[in-house]
Amino acid sequence: MSAAPGPGLGRAAANADPAANADAATLAVDVVSSAGAFTVAASFTAKEGITALFGPSGAGKSVTLATIAGLIRPQRGTIELRGRLVADAGRGVHVPTQERKIGMVFQHAALLPHRSPLDNVALAVRAGGRRQRRAEAREYLAQVHASSLADASTANLSGGEQQRVALARAIAGRPEVLLLDEPFSALDQPTRRALRDLVRTLVDAHRLTALVVTHDLDDITHLADRVVRFEPGRTVDAHDLPVPARELPALLGVTSDAT
Amino acid sequence: MDDWSPLWLSLRVATLATALSGVVGVGLAYLLAKGRFPGRGVLEAILTIPIVLPPTVLGYYLLVTLGANSPIGRAWEDLVGAPLVFTPTAAVLAASISALPFVVRTGRAAFEDVDARLEAAIRVAGHPEWRVALLVTLPMARRGLLAGVALGFARALGDFGATVMVAGNIPGRTQTLPIAVYDAVQAGADDVARTGALVLAAIAVVVLLGVTHLSDRRR
Repeated sequence: MSAAPGPGLGRAAANADPAANADAATLAVDVVSSAGAFTVAASFTAKEGITALFGPSGAGKSVTLATIAGLIRPQRGTIELRGRLVADAGRGVHVPTQERKIGMVFQHAALLPHRSPLDNVALAVRAGGRRQRRAEAREYLAQVHASSLADASTANLSGGEQQRVALARAIAGRPEVLLLDEPFSALDQPTRRALRDLVRTLVDAHRLTALVVTHDLDDITHLADRVVRFEPGRTVDAHDLPVPARELPALLGVTSDAT
Repeated sequence: MDDWSPLWLSLRVATLATALSGVVGVGLAYLLAKGRFPGRGVLEAILTIPIVLPPTVLGYYLLVTLGANSPIGRAWEDLVGAPLVFTPTAAVLAASISALPFVVRTGRAAFEDVDARLEAAIRVAGHPEWRVALLVTLPMARRGLLAGVALGFARALGDFGATVMVAGNIPGRTQTLPIAVYDAVQAGADDVARTGALVLAAIAVVVLLGVTHLSDRRR
């Protein structure tokens, strides 16, 4: 990447970017971005599969995700998506959010309450006429096992059901990168496990590059192929997974009971 | 009360004024809620002036702005062939300006209340800003917008000072119901004053109940 890394970024970039993986990377992030008074320097790459962004609350994981989505303009640095430069603060490049091919799931599903689940998904299908988009939306609802919810009242869905529909919406645009911002944290344990399995299935079936923001150790153990570690305000390093369970807490710098 | 024409005139003026201030006001509210441009604070202050000015003073400045010697007044006269002031149209303009701040301020709050994550989700799904406004912002803010428009209608219907300054008090032409009530009191026609006041108060209470209902069920 051409942007000059900020203080402390060089080491993180070196760790997160082993030369062996560089060719396979589908997403390359090296940015400094701010939300209000808070600033985060993030440098990492991701490839097909699931990359977890792990760290304490307030470390800047969600800000980084919003920057990748183009919802926040980085102050410095670059973002490359499938080889295409979508943000380069130095040269004033900023591809607007709607022109990046992004799928995003928020902690609370953020579905439009006044539209049916089917409409919510159809709104994210990018090509075709109304009828074709709705037909395609039904297929995505089937993939998340939510066909029966197509015409339900969106506002009355359970948290798990909403998150399924949100997942269908996120993949309906055939995204180049899928961004999941603590997608399971508002759900109970059984629902969380089911959703985790669903994300795994979808990522494998569509060969997606997915980023999952989490501070839940179970997501690292059961879902992620790779983990990028955050400290408050910056990325620290990255590790390929899985690693033996007893090594994980030390690797992530947490005590084993902290989940 | 034998002559109901002031009521019909009032309703017509208030309806037109509400339509005008509704369209302009919702647009300005969106601009203030979403826009980041220099002079935004000044624009907001200007749009609030009609609330804080004494209505007769507001009317005086409207008279100066729209009168036969003003550029706007002259342009109107060239176009229509008759003066703008002391016409029902002037009454509509006065009522619109009086109503505008209520639509703008309530509407702006309604737009700012819309969950930014819903808008972000639709942006991410590939929709440009004008589609985000139509798909998310307007529908989610609709109750607040309606409440603002209802308040604007009540204000337009009740306007006295600004209307009497620019539109005058011409029975059957620009004499709206609030002005007719004032006239009736001056003339000692107690029953006319009582009926007119009752009708205006009843409409105001109904509007207030409607606004309260809209605000209550927003969640």
